[in-house]
Amino acid sequence: MTDRPVKLACRHVWKLYGPHPERLLSGAVPSLEQIRAAGLVGAVRDVSLEVRTGEIFVIMGLSGSGKSTLVRCLSRLIEPTAGEILFNGQDLLQTSAREMIEIRRHRMGMVFQHFALLPHLTVLQNVAFPLEIQGVDRAAREARAAEVIALVGLAGREGNFPRQLSGGQQQRVGIARSLAVEPELWFLDEPFSALDPLIRREMQDEFLRIQRQLQKTIIFITHDFDEAIRLADRIAIMKDGAVVQVATPEQLVLAPADAYVAAFTAHVPRAKVVTLASIAQPGDGPVAGNLPGSARIEAVADQIEAASLPFAVLDDEGRVIGQVTGRAVIDVLIGRGR
Amino acid sequence: MTARLLWPGLAALSLILAALVAQMPGWALLPPAALHLDMAAWVSAAMVWLVEQATFGLFTVKQATRALAAMIEWPYEAARVLLVDGITEGRGRKAVTLVPPLSWIAVTVAMGTLGVYARNLWLGLGVGALFLYLAVFGQWESAMITLASIVIAVPIGVMGGLVLGVAAYLSPRFDRLQSPVLDLMQTVPTFAYLVPILFLFGFGPVAALLATVIYAMPPMVRITTLALRSIPPEINDFARMVGCTGWQRLRKVLLPAALPDLMVGVNQVIMLSLNMVIIASMIGAGGLGFDVLNALRRLDIGAGVEAGLAITALAVALDRLSQALALRAGLPDAATGSWIKRHPKTLAVLALVLATGLLGLVWPWLQTYPKAGELSTKAFWSDLVKSININYFDQLEAWRTFVLTYMLLPVKRFLLALPWPWVVALVTLAGWQLGRARLAALCLGLSLFLVAAGLWEQAMTTVYLCGVSVVVAVLVGLPLGVLAASNATAGKVIGGVIDTLQTLPSFVYLIPVVMLFRVGDFSAMTAVVLYALAPAVRYTAHGLRAVPEELVEAGTVCGCTPWQVLTRIRLPMALPDILLGVNQTIMLALSMLVITALVGTRDLGQEVYIALTRADTGAGIVAGVCVAALAIIADRLIAAGAAQARARLGMGGDA
Repeated sequence: MTDRPVKLACRHVWKLYGPHPERLLSGAVPSLEQIRAAGLVGAVRDVSLEVRTGEIFVIMGLSGSGKSTLVRCLSRLIEPTAGEILFNGQDLLQTSAREMIEIRRHRMGMVFQHFALLPHLTVLQNVAFPLEIQGVDRAAREARAAEVIALVGLAGREGNFPRQLSGGQQQRVGIARSLAVEPELWFLDEPFSALDPLIRREMQDEFLRIQRQLQKTIIFITHDFDEAIRLADRIAIMKDGAVVQVATPEQLVLAPADAYVAAFTAHVPRAKVVTLASIAQPGDGPVAGNLPGSARIEAVADQIEAASLPFAVLDDEGRVIGQVTGRAVIDVLIGRGR
Repeated sequence: MTARLLWPGLAALSLILAALVAQMPGWALLPPAALHLDMAAWVSAAMVWLVEQATFGLFTVKQATRALAAMIEWPYEAARVLLVDGITEGRGRKAVTLVPPLSWIAVTVAMGTLGVYARNLWLGLGVGALFLYLAVFGQWESAMITLASIVIAVPIGVMGGLVLGVAAYLSPRFDRLQSPVLDLMQTVPTFAYLVPILFLFGFGPVAALLATVIYAMPPMVRITTLALRSIPPEINDFARMVGCTGWQRLRKVLLPAALPDLMVGVNQVIMLSLNMVIIASMIGAGGLGFDVLNALRRLDIGAGVEAGLAITALAVALDRLSQALALRAGLPDAATGSWIKRHPKTLAVLALVLATGLLGLVWPWLQTYPKAGELSTKAFWSDLVKSININYFDQLEAWRTFVLTYMLLPVKRFLLALPWPWVVALVTLAGWQLGRARLAALCLGLSLFLVAAGLWEQAMTTVYLCGVSVVVAVLVGLPLGVLAASNATAGKVIGGVIDTLQTLPSFVYLIPVVMLFRVGDFSAMTAVVLYALAPAVRYTAHGLRAVPEELVEAGTVCGCTPWQVLTRIRLPMALPDILLGVNQTIMLALSMLVITALVGTRDLGQEVYIALTRADTGAGIVAGVCVAALAIIADRLIAAGAAQARARLGMGGDA
């Protein structure tokens, strides 16, 4: 993943609310206390991130941590107080309003927490709406809309109005609508937070299925750590407007940057995030078979336990990096010897 | 402790002061002439200058007003051609009708069909029946004249309101600029508008139309801004994320998403237009309002009741229609196919218009409802009132005298006996207690304005009539509201009656009151109470219903009796809402008071009315602004009180 090109990067992005925020930023980097003392609110503080093509990048934080403001800064729905936002290397903050409209029309898509469907339009018209705004003619845009509606599994519902659909179905419409323009960069702002737990899980599976098919670059906001580790390639954890740690789910669990991150990860079942590569021990005895080092323990635990011999663990190039035994797997499963 | 005794103490002092009225020096009772600024003359002079000399460079103000009038005149003429006059050649009796106006059948069926489209067959039949009533009871022509004014005033009011509302939504600075203007437009009594408009545009339907639009537009502006602001921010973000231009965002996303709320505004514009068109008959609107006014002047009870009932029929029909359309605005048609296929009802109505128009040339009764078939209830109403007055005169008179002697006159005497500096000080003190320096300054400034306008006595008379009416309205409205909130059936009945009362133009209230009690303060008070009752009931019921069920349950679990639940839990929690209801009641009472000038009160309303009949712009505007000043003082004091009550109850948010 690290070898892919950077799709979106932000450098030292700040969003301070209150009177004359630029004065505070002209000098040395202010601390949270200094910002508060100046009567300002630091919604986003000095955030720098890089999101690579085809990556699911999750921004995780509790309510009020600034994640929603950050994603609105990245899409320039909110004008940041300072910083750079580079989309394919182009600084969005220097882009003209006209050009920004063009970028949003063709290269970005966004899914909203409360769906943001237009109540006066049918499912088909809602999904075709972004194309209508671009001036695509009716036949073409409705054909394309029908295509994405089928992709999200809502074929047959085209003539319904949003209020006739369940929450999960409405969000499928929201997803279809954001995909209608084939965006390069796909923002999802807490897309499943307003749904019931069972539906949420179903939608997460659906989302992963669509992503395997489309391979978009995704920025996904959530306050649910379980959701984050389930979906993310990498996670940025935010607190008080600043990013505390950016890492893969496994790194977060195994090496939390501070007590705040550790508190989140403490109750995560390790088998869901830890990969074979990180528990492989050196050894060259007989093996029951080969397993990839990137496999999560949860996925292969049954297989390893059932075998009487250890498994060889291979890296991406197929070289042996060690072995795993049933006992090592059980250690992780029951949390022994951390 | 001292704070608790402050107001009772001041009240006691006031009573003592009022008792000492005989010993009071003259300057204390009435502001001396030296304090009187002749604002009326200044305003009049300014108006004269405006009309005769002011120019915008290329053209004069007079030319501008003429042009504006012409712009409104021709669509109004078109509407009249369609509904009332038809196309005629020649004048007077020799006039020959070339093309007749829409036939009574066509209009009735068209309105009924609109009802079917808006909701269902029942609404269609109801609306059709109301229009049929207008035809059968001989009110058709007047009703169509009124309808023609509304048909023109409503689109102008709605469009104007939309444009200003959108502007206020887009530019907070514009909003801050227009907000006080709207406040003033809504508090200055309707009659006061009429005076300068009469001066600028002359007597006639166009001036009346303009007054109607000015009166009916402010709520549309407010509702538009509010509706746009209450669109979920995500929808706004979405519009920007798909790359809408500003215009696309407004037209394709924001306005359609706000449509259901906007239609509520349209309903308001329609009802206010109807109200004002009736009042504007004083400056030449004609139609049903003129009939009522005429009947009131001649004390022709039968004719007055008939015209009043016709207004009621028209009001109810228009209100139900536009409410149904508002509800329907959320459900767009998904029908497809050619235009003809999608609009079978429109086609049927058009066909009917043509058919009745053409066949009406052969059989005139198709065109105009035949005189022979008209029913008149005039005699019935006259006889009814006569018999009431003959048989119950003593009882009615006793009641009237009782209320006058023991309620109205003592209050009047008391208020007029208070020295004006004392009243000004009390109002300012109230402002200080509820809103500190700012509110105190506002109260002081506005009450000194009343002093300087030289209308102190009239203002105090207004306070007295309005005050008594509001107290009575609240005393009647509060229990009704409690009843409506505690019993579902009672709630429905009371709600229905209140809704209907609110759709009636204010003029209509005068008719029964004058019939039974003749002219005077008592009649005025009764009409005001009837008109201003609705918000007291509605806000009380709403406030009581909005009390969280948990709190009531908590009270019940503690062993409260139903009475204790009401007095210890529901009423205190509903207090902020009830106060807002009282505030609305005061506003309605003030606007109605001005209209009761027609039944001979001696307050600010009478000043405005006199100015209107004399076309004295200055006096009219000054007296009108005085009413607005009273309204603003009451409004701000109560709003501040409600906000304090809210804060005390920890409900948060500002009132």
